[in-house]
Amino acid sequence: MATLTHQESVTAEYLEVTPGARKTFMLIIIAGVAVLILGVILSMLGIGSHHEAAEGAAAAHGAAAAHGGAEHHGSAPWLKRIIISLWHNNVFFTGVSAIGTVFMAIQYVAYAGWSVVVKRINEALSAWLIPGLVIMLVAFGLNFLNHDLFHWTLPGIMEKGNANYDAIVAGKSGFLNIPFYLIRTVLYLGLWIFFTKRLRDLSLAEDLQGGTTFFHKSINVSAAFLVVYAVTSSMAAWDWVMSVDVHWFSTMFGWYVFASWWVSGIAAVTLCAILLKQAGYLPLLKPDHLHDLGKFMFGFSIFWTYVWFSQFMLIWYANLPEEAVYFNQRLGGFNGQYTWLFFANLAINFVFPFLVMMTRDAKRQMIMLKIVSIAILVGHWSDFYLMFMPGTMKGDNGFIIEIGIALIFLGCFLILMTKRLAQASLTPVHHPFLDESVHHTT
Amino acid sequence: MTKRFALGIFDDEDVLLHAVENVREAGVKIYEVFTPFPIHGIDDAMGIERSRLPIAAFFFGLTGLAFALWLQIYTLGFDWPMIIGGKPHIALPAFIPVAFELTVLFCCHGMVITFYAISKLYPRWKTPVLDVRSTDDKFVMAIEVNENTDMNKLTQILRENGASEVNQKEMSKF
Repeated sequence: MATLTHQESVTAEYLEVTPGARKTFMLIIIAGVAVLILGVILSMLGIGSHHEAAEGAAAAHGAAAAHGGAEHHGSAPWLKRIIISLWHNNVFFTGVSAIGTVFMAIQYVAYAGWSVVVKRINEALSAWLIPGLVIMLVAFGLNFLNHDLFHWTLPGIMEKGNANYDAIVAGKSGFLNIPFYLIRTVLYLGLWIFFTKRLRDLSLAEDLQGGTTFFHKSINVSAAFLVVYAVTSSMAAWDWVMSVDVHWFSTMFGWYVFASWWVSGIAAVTLCAILLKQAGYLPLLKPDHLHDLGKFMFGFSIFWTYVWFSQFMLIWYANLPEEAVYFNQRLGGFNGQYTWLFFANLAINFVFPFLVMMTRDAKRQMIMLKIVSIAILVGHWSDFYLMFMPGTMKGDNGFIIEIGIALIFLGCFLILMTKRLAQASLTPVHHPFLDESVHHTT
Repeated sequence: MTKRFALGIFDDEDVLLHAVENVREAGVKIYEVFTPFPIHGIDDAMGIERSRLPIAAFFFGLTGLAFALWLQIYTLGFDWPMIIGGKPHIALPAFIPVAFELTVLFCCHGMVITFYAISKLYPRWKTPVLDVRSTDDKFVMAIEVNENTDMNKLTQILRENGASEVNQKEMSKF
């Protein structure tokens, strides 16, 4: 590999989480709690939700499948919204968090050098996985209060003769039963946490001892992780997201959810890199690195759209009732409640990044990248919103409680991420490809 | 028209890259550099402006998109309306794959043709090679010279910057 100039001396630099930054994170959490309380009060007073849409919900449900009577009533709307929102946000944040390790693993396996200067951000992004597992289990437990989140956990739904019996759900009992579901969820996150920890340990050992041993070991670990992740991410998408609409299925779904996580994860890494750079850290980060991250964001926004459209068009064209119900609910269902969000989702996640990031200059300017990465993160949060809400809240969805919980998640996520960022040098000083990354040109 | 070139032959791309910078700083205009493989950073070092090909690509793509939409909307919606799969005559989601493909097709072909045209590459064009070793393992820096050029000085500049040899060559095709 050509080295354009001699190796510049690279010294370790440590992030110092200033009291001001910590205060900002706490403020985000406090604002989230305030919005959440406001949302709960409004919901209790019956403002800001759409109860009149109940008939629409019943009609859509009737179309969904032959449901064996016994209309199921969930918790009070505010509690239901909190439980679903907890799950929604946790699936989004945990998925984005896992992308940190996935991105790093791909860079290792591809022998990519350019990304070394942002590697520590990827490592820090994965800090949410452990709380993610805990919240996932807590939220799944809360589901059993009134079975708000997963219709298939309703007692007796898989027993013939029971008032709750549903033949379609019963047909899925081999895969979709509570013990196996819990085993799978713990297994996915357990594996992701294990590989994240392993790569992080190797990376930290490399910082201390140098040499290429840790690099080669990391490649092996990464290769194993990518195989594991390819299978588990797809299955996690079925379990965590698709089983909410339990009568419905789509073979594109694993890819669709992964694409959403992946592009959000890259947006998160980019945003974090820019914020660190603007705070005076990462002196080695040049517009060339941002250019590559920008290309990833641009490309995978299109990839997400490609997967999204592939799923939509096949279902729209075939127009089979058991499949089309999913888009019936989102396009015009419940008195058209989700229609604006459906199109806004496409606009913010495809049209906006596509048009704005098309030129080379846009991908190299921090301000543009910042705007687009924030738009992508908000856009894919709403993408997940659109995956969960019509199937669970039907016509009674709202935004205030959901945004409140999202802000609490964001604050906690940032606290954990910055904590992990501060634990090690922001530049992996002994990475064998560091020199290549420093001289990266695009 | 015949042109005369001074050719600085280099053995290493790093040496060449710095030589390009230094030779330009010394006020010598570099005609072209021939290398066996692309060298990162040489465009900037030679001060080559960025290509405007992407702008052309955008408009080729736009043309393809417009053509694809026109083709499908006109033929299936107006010229010979047919009901396919119970969908409306103008069923936009069904048109998107074709629109996408034609956007890509127009964009690629347009770019390739434009690139050939601006690089003057067309059939039967004999590519002038100033030094055949630039296709193997040598890096060749070509500097256009005329009778007023101080060859001694130029040779000295090239030698000082790491050229292993300095030759002269006439080319009629440029």
